[in-house]
Amino acid sequence: MKFHLKVWRQKDANAPGTLENYEADNIPADASFLEMLDIVNAGLTGKNIEPIQFDSDCREGICGSCSLTINGVPHGPGRGTTCQVYMRKFKDGDTITIEPFRAEAFPVQRDLVVNRSAFDRVIQAGGYISERCGSAPDANSVPISKVIADEAMDAAACIGCGACAAACPNGSAMLFVSAKVTHLGLLPQGKPENGRRVLGMVRQMDEEGFGNCSNYYACEAVCPASVPAAFIGRMNREFTAASVKEIVGMNV
Amino acid sequence: MTPDAHIPAGPLDEKWTTYKNNAKLVSPANKRKFDIIIVGSGLAGASAASTLAEQGYNVKCFCYQDSPRRAHSIAAQGGINAAKNYQNDGDSAYRLFYDTIKGGDFRAREANVHRLAEVSNHIIDQCVAQGVPFAREYGGLLDNRSFGGAQVSRTFYARGQTGQQLLLGAYAGLSHQIAKGAVKMYPKTEMLDLVLIDGHAKGIVVRDLTTGEISSHAGDAVLLCSGGYGNVFYLSTNARGCNVTATFRAYKRGAFFANPCFTQIHPTCIPVSGDYQSKLTLMSESLRNDGRIWAPKRKEDCGKDPSQIPDDARDYFLERKYPSYGNLAPRDISSRSAKEVCDEGRGVGPGGLGVYLDFSDAIKRLGRKTIEERYGNLFEMYQNITGENAYERPMRIYPAVHYTMGGLWVDYNLMSNIPGLHVLGEANFSDHGANRLGASALMQGLADGYFVIPYTLGNYMTSQFGKKVDPKHPAFAKTIEETKARVQKLLDIKGNRTVDSFHRELGLIMWDYCGMARSEEGLNLAIDKIQKLRTEFWKNLKILGTPDGINMELERAGRVADFLEFGELMCRDALMRNESCGGHFRTEYQTPEGEALRNDDEYAFVAAWEYQGENQLPTLNKEPLVYEKVKLATRSYK
Repeated sequence: MKFHLKVWRQKDANAPGTLENYEADNIPADASFLEMLDIVNAGLTGKNIEPIQFDSDCREGICGSCSLTINGVPHGPGRGTTCQVYMRKFKDGDTITIEPFRAEAFPVQRDLVVNRSAFDRVIQAGGYISERCGSAPDANSVPISKVIADEAMDAAACIGCGACAAACPNGSAMLFVSAKVTHLGLLPQGKPENGRRVLGMVRQMDEEGFGNCSNYYACEAVCPASVPAAFIGRMNREFTAASVKEIVGMNV
Repeated sequence: MTPDAHIPAGPLDEKWTTYKNNAKLVSPANKRKFDIIIVGSGLAGASAASTLAEQGYNVKCFCYQDSPRRAHSIAAQGGINAAKNYQNDGDSAYRLFYDTIKGGDFRAREANVHRLAEVSNHIIDQCVAQGVPFAREYGGLLDNRSFGGAQVSRTFYARGQTGQQLLLGAYAGLSHQIAKGAVKMYPKTEMLDLVLIDGHAKGIVVRDLTTGEISSHAGDAVLLCSGGYGNVFYLSTNARGCNVTATFRAYKRGAFFANPCFTQIHPTCIPVSGDYQSKLTLMSESLRNDGRIWAPKRKEDCGKDPSQIPDDARDYFLERKYPSYGNLAPRDISSRSAKEVCDEGRGVGPGGLGVYLDFSDAIKRLGRKTIEERYGNLFEMYQNITGENAYERPMRIYPAVHYTMGGLWVDYNLMSNIPGLHVLGEANFSDHGANRLGASALMQGLADGYFVIPYTLGNYMTSQFGKKVDPKHPAFAKTIEETKARVQKLLDIKGNRTVDSFHRELGLIMWDYCGMARSEEGLNLAIDKIQKLRTEFWKNLKILGTPDGINMELERAGRVADFLEFGELMCRDALMRNESCGGHFRTEYQTPEGEALRNDDEYAFVAAWEYQGENQLPTLNKEPLVYEKVKLATRSYK
């Protein structure tokens, strides 16, 4: 197959970027999108043009390293990460525009590489259960209903890629944050810290420059882990409850 | 020399308890004074970092990914073993120990494996307390599944994403410690060398992958948790970035590399479809609980639609050859059987390199909904990659490189022969022998980080009071200069071939001659080819750009340069080991039925290779494997 590519090139975090035109020739239909870029990069090297820099690692849809916006959509066509997009999904001769994830809190570092460390800082602000290794009771000592465990797993499936924030017109990370708040908040082990967790994470999210949710649902549409936007409502309820407690001077 | 494993005296099942009762302790006030460097943030690295920080040590943790949450442990699908015996099916720590030793074809160290089985139950408790959403039954208790090489159900799982959930649990603990200031995290930072001072590991040299800056970090001990070297084959189920550099650099500084030829080829992966391919995708071993593996009995049927091949024209070869374990035969045996079938010309799919994994019986028995619940995400992944629907048509699978049992040599304390240098998880060699059983990698990574190193590190640390190294010691500046020179040398070649083309060629050599079947002739040929390829690499590599800033080709070039030396070491190890065991199958040594033929009289030892300098042959140190409890037996799964 053959494609016309328009690729975002940017020398470093401070340089202005621009879309460059490249041709992708002789691409097998069974190649993944990233393998297509590998082939293009080998060709560019041959022509003494520095290869396009992009993050990828596991290439099986779970590590969350992919951070490409394809034709305006984070991760591109279909539901999954960029590495799971196969070229057979495009038509021969298509023009494909490739940009990095765009969100205020994800500054571009070079070409298609963005800095997503804001997500790590949001987790550090409360996305954990405080427990000390060695102090855990027997794993079966607290039964957890299968329904609750399954819903917690639906939330825990988030891969932390950032497509939600990149898709959101407000650059909001609320799907990401609500996934962690829901995962830990549903489980009996996580409940003791629910209030502190949601306050800490939401405040850090604001500090990082992520926007608010105004119900576009673009996040849910692009989420490779199918995290439902309903979790955002859950998080808002928890946040309100914890905030009220805090306002009236109760311990959270 | 014979490396001393420092195995505690006493009966096998009391060694760990005795050890813990006598281990040296570091008081909280003294822990604060020690800086621990951890390389890697996967299950072993993240669990060690968070636990040591909880205890009061100052931890610095480094990973090449942009976040510690992306380490490749995240991709493990199937599950984690523990001897909980929640199923009341006769499991015990002893059975888990014995299955692991036998699964490893009697080439693992008994005392380490027994300890692993003993601590396995605590791992499950710890993970549940962290909020890992393991699968549960309707009564609210934890569910289990079966895995290869065991006749009990001892595998805990979280859908097909167990590694992800365990890693996110460890990452959450790590994040908590980062927030407290007990761990300083360095993402996108790659270790490029080890710094030795008076023979002790006292720091590392790293490259910041964003700015290109090369700097050093001093510490009182160094823990390598940098994973395996499966990417020496280019195509593997490993992530793109997985590499041998951290452990190989330590080897070049004097650490012994043990059993490098023990590599695991996983039986159930999606077959290769073309030479553009950048990785192979695993289909979890858990699929073998319900899927049946077969190939056509007659070559003529291979091109037919599988639905047109009646049951009596199918060869369910694992069920036929290993009736008591059937489709759950261990990985090495299952892989080799698939290869034999394809070598006989009975393979299916492109190039005849594939066999079927068929769910039609399970769907009939359990209904499609149950199969969807158990494996839905895997079926989806398969369809996405191949364009085929596995509910309607059997999956095509073929073995692919998945895990490496070999690694840096460590003693019972998980310390290498270099004082202060500890090695955890897949990066060490100690627990899986010549073949790893499914769901045991997650167990070992977390055992090492949560429950072993927190106890064993003290033995070294107590010898280091008052020996704090000066970060201005000339060894740091010297190692930085050497690293900078090596990076510059790669850029200065200015040849005509890309890094990937060298890596791909090396991978093919390794797969053809040091893969599922090895021979003296083939290995000698491979060594010759690798040496020539290495010479060409240093003459004809082409890397554009500068060492400053993001330059991913440059990162890869450094890793491939190490693989080009390491591949030769692997072949030499395979050539030395004149026997077949586990994943190491030498065609000269097999039974009349084609099974692996071990030679316990001459090869019941750990091969610990010692570096002797550029273009010098490494020397072989042997640690004899002494079995106190287990009787060496021919492994049978019939």
